[in-house]
Amino acid sequence: MTETTAEGGHGAVPTGPDVPSGAHPSPSGAARRDWPLYECFVRGKRGLNHVHVGSLHAPDDEMAVHAARDLFTRRNEGVSIWVVRASDITASSPDEKDPMFAPAGDKVYRHPTFYEIPENVPHM
Amino acid sequence: MSAPTAVRPTEDELQAQFDATIAADRRIEPRDWMPEKYRAGLVRQIAQHAHSEIIGMQPEGDWLLKAPSLRRKAVLLAKVQDEAGHGMYLYSAAETLGADRADLTDKLVNGKQKYSSIFNYPTLTYADCGVIGWLVDGAAICNQVPLCRSSYGPYARAMIRVCKEESFHQRQGYELLMTMMRGTPEQRAMVQDAVDRWWWPSLMMFGPPDDDSPNSAQSMAWGVKRHSNDELRQRFVDMSVPQAQALGVTLPDPELALDETTGRYRFGQIDWTEFKQVISGNGPCNEERITRRRAARDDNAWVTEAATAYAAKHAAR
Ligand SMILES: [Fe+2]
Ligand SMILES: [Fe+2]
Repeated sequence: MTETTAEGGHGAVPTGPDVPSGAHPSPSGAARRDWPLYECFVRGKRGLNHVHVGSLHAPDDEMAVHAARDLFTRRNEGVSIWVVRASDITASSPDEKDPMFAPAGDKVYRHPTFYEIPENVPHM
Repeated sequence: MSAPTAVRPTEDELQAQFDATIAADRRIEPRDWMPEKYRAGLVRQIAQHAHSEIIGMQPEGDWLLKAPSLRRKAVLLAKVQDEAGHGMYLYSAAETLGADRADLTDKLVNGKQKYSSIFNYPTLTYADCGVIGWLVDGAAICNQVPLCRSSYGPYARAMIRVCKEESFHQRQGYELLMTMMRGTPEQRAMVQDAVDRWWWPSLMMFGPPDDDSPNSAQSMAWGVKRHSNDELRQRFVDMSVPQAQALGVTLPDPELALDETTGRYRFGQIDWTEFKQVISGNGPCNEERITRRRAARDDNAWVTEAATAYAAKHAAR
């Protein structure tokens, strides 16, 4: 099975020996790979949350913000940008089907639809 | 209280989970287990797509300094800049699969990965910029709209961003052509000449016919691809014919005719020998496109290095 690392923020990336050849980094051009990966989040307009929009490589935080502006907000798609180094993101686990989320699965009483209220009770 | 013990699922169980996700038309996300062939196929497809966006800046880029007015120059700049953005979205999607961006560029420059054959044709006149927007971006839209529902989440999301921007690309091209068609007889002839040269290569953009497209069936089964090459090509023809009529140009295919029973247009035989020639490196501009991309990588390396050095110096303070 392919090993993965959480470094890649938007998802663990495989690092194991069985990663397909198309994904093997070549030894050349090591200098170009020094730019870290940043995950970018954009607030579309006031009143909305920042939403993950993608990732890019940049030499430092400031350049990452500028590059994110050019890449993700060429048409007024945002009023605010967050960038964070992918390596600084702590993720729940490499698997979307994680037992971490199991405790929420059987607590239906946390949802309003769990409670039966007669039709004739208004405003509820 | 103890943490839940993680039981490592077997390969068969993982495969079953993957199959169930695909069958339910839900998206595969980067952290999910996926068959290695699915991963490798996606890396190849997304990289090829990204390379096409990046190389695709060149044919129109040749007209940036020669655009006839400030308005046209601003439009063309915005369009070419969008294509760079499309390349970035796609490289980023490929990276979620474990690919390395610089490595993909190396593969492109070394001829180990391909890009769309269409960008190996030259832009001889300014009308070519209009025809590229209308037909080449039009064909790209036909290809990319179904990819917004691709089974791989990051690819589908990249395609949604791309498709939002493509509509401007096609419309600015068509508007440019309409303007020229209202001009002098020479300008109208220029448009017709550009249409004559780009029509058939545009049809080739959809790839080989279905019976000669070895990877298609698996791609369709995995929901990476949603429609066959021939189906998408047919859609493109059906869309383009009325657009050509409205523009007042003739599409260079004497066999083009409406099939009354199907309501679709029949069209002539595509020259697949030419397609294979261009794909395998013998098109009019293959050499030039790759040479220029390599020069961009190598000549600008000092900028990358300088920025890295600057960042390191500031981090040390
Ligand atoms: Fe594009
Ligand atoms: Fe485009």
